[in-house]
Amino acid sequence: MSNRIDVKKTYKLFINGAFPRTESGRTYEVKNAKGVFVANPCLASRKDLRDAVVAARAAHAGWNKATAYNRGQILYRIAEMLEGRRGQFVEEIVNVTGATKTKADKEVTESIDRLVWYAGWTDKIASLAGSTNPVAGPFYNFTIPESMGVVAAIAPENPSLLGLIDAVAPIITSGNTVVVLASTKAPLSAMTFAEVLATSDLPAGVINILTGKKDEIAPWMASHMDIDALDISGLSSKKHADIKVAGAENLKRIHSFKSADPGRIIAFMEAKTVWHPIGL
Amino acid sequence: MTFEYAPAPESRAIVTIKPKYGHFIGGKFVAGSKHFPTINPATEEVLSQIALAGKADVDAAVKAARKAYANTWSKMSGKERGKYLYRIARIMQERAREFAVLETLDNGKPIRESRDTDIPLAAAHFFYHAGWADKLEYAGLGTSPKPLGVAGQIIPWNFPLLMLAWKVAPALAAGNTVVLKSAESTPLTALLFAEVCQQAELPAGVVNIVTGDGSTGALIVNHPGIDKIAFTGSTEVGKIIARAVAPTNKSVTLELGGKAANIVFDDAPIDETVEGIVNGIFFNQGHVCCAGSRLLLQENVAEEVLHKLKNRMEKIRVGDPMDKNTDVGAINSKEQLAKIIELAAVGDSEGAERWSPACTLPSKGFWFAPTIFTGVTQAHRIAREEIFGPVLSVLTFRTPAEAIEKANNTPFGLSAGIWSEKGSRTLWASQQLRAGVIWANTFNKFDPTSPFGGYKESGWGREGGRHGLSAYLKGVSHE
Repeated sequence: MSNRIDVKKTYKLFINGAFPRTESGRTYEVKNAKGVFVANPCLASRKDLRDAVVAARAAHAGWNKATAYNRGQILYRIAEMLEGRRGQFVEEIVNVTGATKTKADKEVTESIDRLVWYAGWTDKIASLAGSTNPVAGPFYNFTIPESMGVVAAIAPENPSLLGLIDAVAPIITSGNTVVVLASTKAPLSAMTFAEVLATSDLPAGVINILTGKKDEIAPWMASHMDIDALDISGLSSKKHADIKVAGAENLKRIHSFKSADPGRIIAFMEAKTVWHPIGL
Repeated sequence: MTFEYAPAPESRAIVTIKPKYGHFIGGKFVAGSKHFPTINPATEEVLSQIALAGKADVDAAVKAARKAYANTWSKMSGKERGKYLYRIARIMQERAREFAVLETLDNGKPIRESRDTDIPLAAAHFFYHAGWADKLEYAGLGTSPKPLGVAGQIIPWNFPLLMLAWKVAPALAAGNTVVLKSAESTPLTALLFAEVCQQAELPAGVVNIVTGDGSTGALIVNHPGIDKIAFTGSTEVGKIIARAVAPTNKSVTLELGGKAANIVFDDAPIDETVEGIVNGIFFNQGHVCCAGSRLLLQENVAEEVLHKLKNRMEKIRVGDPMDKNTDVGAINSKEQLAKIIELAAVGDSEGAERWSPACTLPSKGFWFAPTIFTGVTQAHRIAREEIFGPVLSVLTFRTPAEAIEKANNTPFGLSAGIWSEKGSRTLWASQQLRAGVIWANTFNKFDPTSPFGGYKESGWGREGGRHGLSAYLKGVSHE
């Protein structure tokens, strides 16, 4: 046994491709399943959320304009990077949640495979959700789905890694950018996942990750006027009504989901219909 | 030399308007308790007394719809449901002239438009959706999509029968039953549609129509027996509805306001563009949520376009909606006229320059001359707020990027127009614009196969096409 002291990681936020501490200086204590201290992640503030939305909005034009092929390759690259660091994720999930190694391993495997699945959707979703429309007149008329803009998401408490990926992957598949609040009790794999994102050629600001309290952040997300839509899958259904009332101020599209499904991608897309006359 | 048009009035003999109407509930007309008048906005003549639905009426309508849903409509095969919808479409075509005259009398829109646009499109909507009824498993929502139940539908006064068709046809095709509330000022064609349902032998309670005002609409929105709310109207009311249904499991679609940019690039075909501008803002007196109410002209052609636009506007015929040569009819109500007058006055006071062609407006009824404001900036209220009348705000731009930035600088996102002869520029602009319907080198075109609906504060969901149908079905993973 060596007497070497571990170099422990400071868990910070992930905003605009960088790892800032919360501007509020607030943290909270995360303990593992045995009640032993693990880390002091950031308790994100309203200002952190605003900064993240600014980053997400700025990133939207470029990410939306990127080819579907390019977005697919980047999602696939995230899966590659996650695969390469799977051991670290398994260890972190076991340590924080008390899950068995087998269970944690399964979650990481599913997370990687889910990313690969979404990577393949980027250049196919338009053929599912779009159409050409045979209007009764000399017009070429087609409907294409496109991204909405900035979507905010509340990741479920558990599974903390897979749940986070299920929240962000469908949102960015179509060209949206996202601000996601990670699991409160088990936020460490989310922040380690940010390190994966930072090395996956994902443009800064496309995925922004906050840690903190749902009851604080969710209402701020709901009332933020530059957020276009919300995924509240990770929020207790008792809280949905209040969030929907606050979100009505700019008519946010607010959804929650039970499974991974192409409908989850389409829910955060807008259908645009274009008419053009046909003639000589 | 000036050519005068001789009057070419459509006869109103084809319609019979009863002195008083009740609600259509459970397949029968039932008497109302309180009544209010519906008038012809072109003459202020009282056409009929309309029932004001209260709680008991809405309860009865929901009950009838629930019963029909549980016992009849949800159990019927799609094939049979479809045949009822085909019947309705055919009867609407047979009685199209009657519908057109009635629509024009109650709404004030020119007979040319009700005859050539509203009524044929309404019938086409039923014909299109009839064909969906037995093909729902191919709508992209999984192998067994299910209806939602009872739909509460609230429609506006600008396209009364057409909006009814947009709501009722997909709901019924998907297997839902409906409680529909017509607009306060335009109930008559919905009540004639009730007769069509009877002639089509549609099972009792599948379609229920109540008449009333905003209080009736609120009763529908808040009714616990309703599974789905579909609303077309103002963004203000849309937000009230969104809040009201937040604690419930009701599904919602909202078709709300707009402030569409109609962008004219310097390579546009000017004569066609001028026609498109006129159609964009003066169609249906500008009572159109997707109206091209913000004209964005590229600076180097602005003068030429405005000159030709004013020439064209001199030839717009404003007056008797029943005259087949009329282009612009009456403003739908006294309240709407007051709102248009108020916002136009704001345009004056904020420093924009008002222009209207010389035209004589009738002395009775509600009228507003086609109007353009030049020298408008983005900060002006007439560039930001929906006027819902024949008033066009004109702005200019230098570069395509500036045009897009101005066009998207609005909380609305319903529609937009692009005028350019260059294909790549047209497609580029259509990509950049944040709006649900983009008309390139055309404007205000509608079709049952073509999804319609907005981004941002212009609403939730689409109407028309496969996209619109999905708003009446369960089958996707999200709630």
